[in-house]
Amino acid sequence: MTESVPPSAPPSAPETVSAAVARAERVRGPWADVWAQFRKHKGAMLALITLGVLALVCLAGPLVWRIDPNFIESDTVKMFKMRNQGPSLAHPLGTDQLGRDMLARMMFGGRISLAVGTVAMLVAIFIGTTVGVIAGYFRRLDGLLMRLTDLFLALPLLPLLLVMMFLFRDSIASTLGPRLGTFLLIVLAIGLTSWMQAARVVRGEVLALKEREFVLAARSIGTPSRRIITRHILPNVLSPVLVAATLGIAAAIITESVLSFLGLGFPPDFPTWGRLLYDGIAEIRTYPERVMWPGIAISLTVLSVNYIGDGLRDALDPRIRGR
Amino acid sequence: MKFRTALLGAAAAFALAPAAHAERGADGEVKVFYYQAVSTLNAYLSSGTKDVEAGSLVLEPLAGFDQDGQMFPRLAAEIPTVENGGVSADLTSITWKLKEGLVWSDGTPVTSADVKFTWEYCTHPEGGCAQGAKYEGIASIDTPDDLTVVVKFEAPKPYPYQPFTGGTAPILQKAQFEACLGAAAASCTEQNSKPIGTGPFIVTDFKVNDVVTLEANPNYRDPAKPAFGKVTLKGGGDALAAASAVMETGEFDYAWNTQINPEQQAQMEAGGKGTFVNAFGTLVERIEINMTNPDPALPEGERSTVKHPHPILTDANVRKALSMAIDRQTLVDVGYGGAGRPTCNLVPSPAFQASDNTECLTQDMEGAKALLEGAGWTDSDGDGIRDKDGKKLSLVYQTTVNPVRQDFQALVKGWWNELGVEVELKAIDPSVFFGGDAASPDTFQKFYADVEMYANNFDGTDAEPYMSQYLCDKIPGPDNQWQGENINRFCDPAYDALLKELSTTAGIEARGAMVMKLNDMLTKDTNVIIPLVDRGRFSAKSNTLDGFVMNSWDTELWNAQDWTRVK
Repeated sequence: MTESVPPSAPPSAPETVSAAVARAERVRGPWADVWAQFRKHKGAMLALITLGVLALVCLAGPLVWRIDPNFIESDTVKMFKMRNQGPSLAHPLGTDQLGRDMLARMMFGGRISLAVGTVAMLVAIFIGTTVGVIAGYFRRLDGLLMRLTDLFLALPLLPLLLVMMFLFRDSIASTLGPRLGTFLLIVLAIGLTSWMQAARVVRGEVLALKEREFVLAARSIGTPSRRIITRHILPNVLSPVLVAATLGIAAAIITESVLSFLGLGFPPDFPTWGRLLYDGIAEIRTYPERVMWPGIAISLTVLSVNYIGDGLRDALDPRIRGR
Repeated sequence: MKFRTALLGAAAAFALAPAAHAERGADGEVKVFYYQAVSTLNAYLSSGTKDVEAGSLVLEPLAGFDQDGQMFPRLAAEIPTVENGGVSADLTSITWKLKEGLVWSDGTPVTSADVKFTWEYCTHPEGGCAQGAKYEGIASIDTPDDLTVVVKFEAPKPYPYQPFTGGTAPILQKAQFEACLGAAAASCTEQNSKPIGTGPFIVTDFKVNDVVTLEANPNYRDPAKPAFGKVTLKGGGDALAAASAVMETGEFDYAWNTQINPEQQAQMEAGGKGTFVNAFGTLVERIEINMTNPDPALPEGERSTVKHPHPILTDANVRKALSMAIDRQTLVDVGYGGAGRPTCNLVPSPAFQASDNTECLTQDMEGAKALLEGAGWTDSDGDGIRDKDGKKLSLVYQTTVNPVRQDFQALVKGWWNELGVEVELKAIDPSVFFGGDAASPDTFQKFYADVEMYANNFDGTDAEPYMSQYLCDKIPGPDNQWQGENINRFCDPAYDALLKELSTTAGIEARGAMVMKLNDMLTKDTNVIIPLVDRGRFSAKSNTLDGFVMNSWDTELWNAQDWTRVK
């Protein structure tokens, strides 16, 4: 019994290793590869951590830092003492012109700004990619969709936004309540007016991809268009889409602040980052930090998202992967 | 030391002696900063304050207003009244007499024909006169001789001093402007930029929207004045830059309208080169209360109309409590500093018509709470918001987008929350809010909110047109395209009756007493209007400029002829 078993062990070893490798590869899948590649991009990792921390602070921060962002000391004498303070232990980011805690306001504002930025970006990217892929892939629809894109590009966006807010604000607010209604409307308004660049870039990319050998091969074996798009085209246009998306987040955060500034965004007691920035500009000479905090937050978010997009693009490109 | 001081004093006395007797142009140049640059000197072609004020250095009306709102004669020999026979007993005409020997800066005499021409110029059917309101209701103007002007009105005018008074209604020279009537008015560039006037200065150079250079008028009626031989009136920049140019760098002697926040005011004052000057007129920041129901559930066309009285704000106790809970001094300190003062009046000045209504100046939170408790508004369900008969004290509070107003909103919301009132804030773009577009839901006339905050004032010192905004028949609604001025939808027959009486009463004192009564009916008696801050004019003047007197009833340059340089 003992003789028959041991000799068989050494030859089986290489088999076991290769099987393990094969199993592991099966487990890892393509996204694990992407992740492995992504982790090598130092900038992207740093950005991911930064964005994660920002999001975490905004989401979980108010659970720890329990000051109401709109709290104003009702005792006038105390209120005047609390105005325009610099950073201190009691108020790590100082207080504003009415003695409200800036840290609490920044966290509250961050929730809204990040949510608006992300959701508006998703809306814009979804529309942009859909229009771009269809226009690039189906020749018959190309002219029509691209003229539509031109039309939207030619429209002055701000007036369009204003008209949209003006027409739908009351009806949406009355069905969904003022806060959710405003959020949804702003997100949709921004999304619906910022998809054009993405559509153009994607269309160009699709036009080139369509003539590549692997697509022709797929078509020659009778793959339906839907399949070709989801299987071959979409993964390959991912990188321009991601780049467009990263820029979109930044633009959405800024556009939201413009709307609030014009009185068509969130109510004035909603401190979004954009609003805090605008409020601070008036006092930039005396209290530059009032502009710096929201400015830094917006910049960090935008920069992080850009770097993450950069890292993702590299990680998703098989030609770069492994280098 | 004492000897030296005495010597210095003596030297100064000698140095000042000639200045006291003054010689025209002896004090050299005075530099004035209007951060909104001047585009014309003809007040009839511009409603911009900056243009009217710049023009007032050159052109003068028959009578002006001093710092107390009292009228004083400029080109007129005296102020006509019923007592001196200048105003007819039936109040339908006023007779102005010109000073004798008056000449234009080109040396020709000023006559009653010039005055009559000015009226014709502004009321020409083809011309768009910016000051047309000043000449409303005039039937005819007679000029029996060179120095007499008889203005006849279409109906009795208890306040006949609208035409030809104040910086907005100066007299033009007929000879110069004869060719500029009606449609030709705007194309008369030479006339509009270099008008011939009677004022202390004449224009030597005019760069549109940039610099106006003026020099002393050689034919000014007082041979010793003006003390300054040259005026440079520079435009451009903003309020902060303007304040800094006077207060910190000392480049300018006077800067107009330096409305900056209280902290910046303190900072600038530390510069030590100048002082801020203020004067309070009639501009009052207030919270207006909607007496009708703005509920969005109501059908369009019935929202905020008299059909539906407001469910909670028609309770006078609620309105009073809202007013009592506000600390007006804090609002001033946060928003305006030296440029504002707390007020309880809709008509805060001039003194002869300002009610002595000061009760609201001290905040009374406990009193307000007790008042609501007593009126049955209690927090029955423990959510921190008072209610009564199933109606919650919940308000939508709207105003325009403006950093100071947003601070006010936040503060007032805090106080009202403490009182047990829920407040939802709304800020609207000012061009929409004041735009008057009948299709927009966000105009102040439509008032689709429970309370709204803005500022308003009236021109001159006569409050009658202003008070008549609150008549029952001035209520805006869909039937008049929302164009009424009674935006509170306030309606009280006693108020209408008193106003009718006012429109037939002459005499400044008697009219003042009635205005006070009307003011109290809107403010302390009913709290339909909650006045907050009396906002004044706020400018900066150099410490080396003497004789400057701030004025909120006429142009701020009203006494430029008396300015001198501190030596």
